[in-house]
Amino acid sequence: MEPFRLRHVRLFAFTLISVLLLSGCGPQYSEDADFSLTGSISIDGSSTVYPITEAVAEEYRYHAPNVRTSIGVSGSGGGFKKFSRGEIDIANASRSIKEAEANDARANGITYLQLSVAYDGLTVVVHPGNDWVKEMTAAELKKIWEPEAQGKITRWNQIRPEWPDKELHLYGAGVESGTYDYFTEAIVGKSHSSRGDYTASEDDNVLVQGVSTDPYALGFFGFAYYEENKAKLKPVPINDEDDSNGAGAILPTIETVKDGTYAPLSRPLFIYINSVAARKQHVVDFLQFYFEQVPVLSQEVGYIPMPPENYREEQEKLAAFIAASASR
Amino acid sequence: MTNSDRNRLKDKAFQVFGVFCTFIGLAVLAIFLIDILIDGLGRINWEFLNNLPSRRAHRAGIYTAWIGTLWILLLTTVIAFPLGISAGIYLEEYAKKSRMATILEINIANLAGVPSIIYGLLGLEIFVRLMALGGSLLAGALTLSLLILPIVIVTTREAIKAVPRSIREGSFALGASKWQTVWHQVLPASFGGILTGVILAMSRAVGEAAPLIVIGALAYVPFAPASPMDEFTVLPIQIFNWISRPQAAFATNAAAAIIVLLLITFILNGIAVYLRHKWQKRIKW
Repeated sequence: MEPFRLRHVRLFAFTLISVLLLSGCGPQYSEDADFSLTGSISIDGSSTVYPITEAVAEEYRYHAPNVRTSIGVSGSGGGFKKFSRGEIDIANASRSIKEAEANDARANGITYLQLSVAYDGLTVVVHPGNDWVKEMTAAELKKIWEPEAQGKITRWNQIRPEWPDKELHLYGAGVESGTYDYFTEAIVGKSHSSRGDYTASEDDNVLVQGVSTDPYALGFFGFAYYEENKAKLKPVPINDEDDSNGAGAILPTIETVKDGTYAPLSRPLFIYINSVAARKQHVVDFLQFYFEQVPVLSQEVGYIPMPPENYREEQEKLAAFIAASASR
Repeated sequence: MTNSDRNRLKDKAFQVFGVFCTFIGLAVLAIFLIDILIDGLGRINWEFLNNLPSRRAHRAGIYTAWIGTLWILLLTTVIAFPLGISAGIYLEEYAKKSRMATILEINIANLAGVPSIIYGLLGLEIFVRLMALGGSLLAGALTLSLLILPIVIVTTREAIKAVPRSIREGSFALGASKWQTVWHQVLPASFGGILTGVILAMSRAVGEAAPLIVIGALAYVPFAPASPMDEFTVLPIQIFNWISRPQAAFATNAAAAIIVLLLITFILNGIAVYLRHKWQKRIKW
């Protein structure tokens, strides 16, 4: 009995070791790969910005194979909490840092830099069978979403009398997300303030599912989720009633978000950089690589790149910050 | 209709109802499994198991995730197994029926019902910050150990309770001390049940994402952890991340990763069944 069991153990150990060895085969490197850079970079924060930073980190693997980059997804708020304690080098954020978070960072002696990396166009959508909504104004959206609307604005004809006397079903981002903060800021006028009686989810795919199966639905979420589900949704052109940045109602497209005419629901996405990290050579190299690559990579993962002059501006800010951090 | 006829009818009716109830559970499970297999089975190949995370769904793999999951499983077992079993033995064999023991018992039973995210918050404060372990494998395993400890303790107690009194009395009658009785009689006799409980608890731990996200487990880790102090990701986090992506191809990846996770769970449960069988055969009173 004993030797038989021993053989089993050996077989198991052999399989395990060979699996581990075989799986250790590394990736290929690019020709200009820089093996001299070493160190680790820890990044955390918004799940909206995550795909962009992940794409950059993935490419960076081929560029500097010995730098260990890791990215978490604790949300913009969670990321800032760690950032202001100095626990991470870079924070992904889908909103600007809040006063309280900035104070925490200051209290811990952390100086930082905010850089925009790409745009997202929050897209307002209805069911594809909805034939009455041709456009909406920002003021109408405010009327629907402001806290006072709770329990009162419940039918389509309350928004425009010519629209049908049917129930209005609302779908939107969950209150913990940066998307919610941005939408309420842009539409209601006050961040983190809206009605509560709507279907909320942090997972935009749930919202897509909801709106695409509910003929009386109105919802909003990130542009990438609309792009991937175009056939199941109908986007609503938004009129901000300010003709200086594009007249009339405007649909979110790559062009209208990029040139700023899709207002007020185009939002910038950010990364925040800790000045202590900006003194390290591998972090500096990663950040320079980031801004070389992000115009292409952000579009590849479903976001909208900024105009080239904006990227130049961000690169100049970065260079100045790195120089300032180094001399401190 | 006589009274006994009526009772027989009731009996029959309940039997039908019971079969119906059983099949609801099975049908749901079958639909889920078939759906997942259709979606994900075609995606599983050597590259998928062996690739690092990627923005391109067809190149993305679960290498670091499954290694992380195995690490977490191993560490959690090493931590929770001795702690839980010792606590179970103490409560069942040694603890006097005092007020203190009752309070302990109630609290352990309550702990089993605490939502897992609360354990994550606890782990974040104690292991990640206070003990300065950071978002490491060790911090994750300690957190999950807390999560499954109540289950391990309760199943250990149940297994020990099932050992007949006569065995203990026989042992005492032959002059064995309490510890000798526990070590040589009670533990071997109940070990099958204890192991089953431990492994079922592990199956629960292997599916947890929320507490690990809270303590700082990551989504993108392009290197396999090499020590308990390394950063990590696990399969449930990878699945959660993929399923919330806009591109449909990532949903296929998630389905494939779910199959791998299910496979790990099934293997664990299989081991549980095998061990229970083996230990039960060995016991001859």
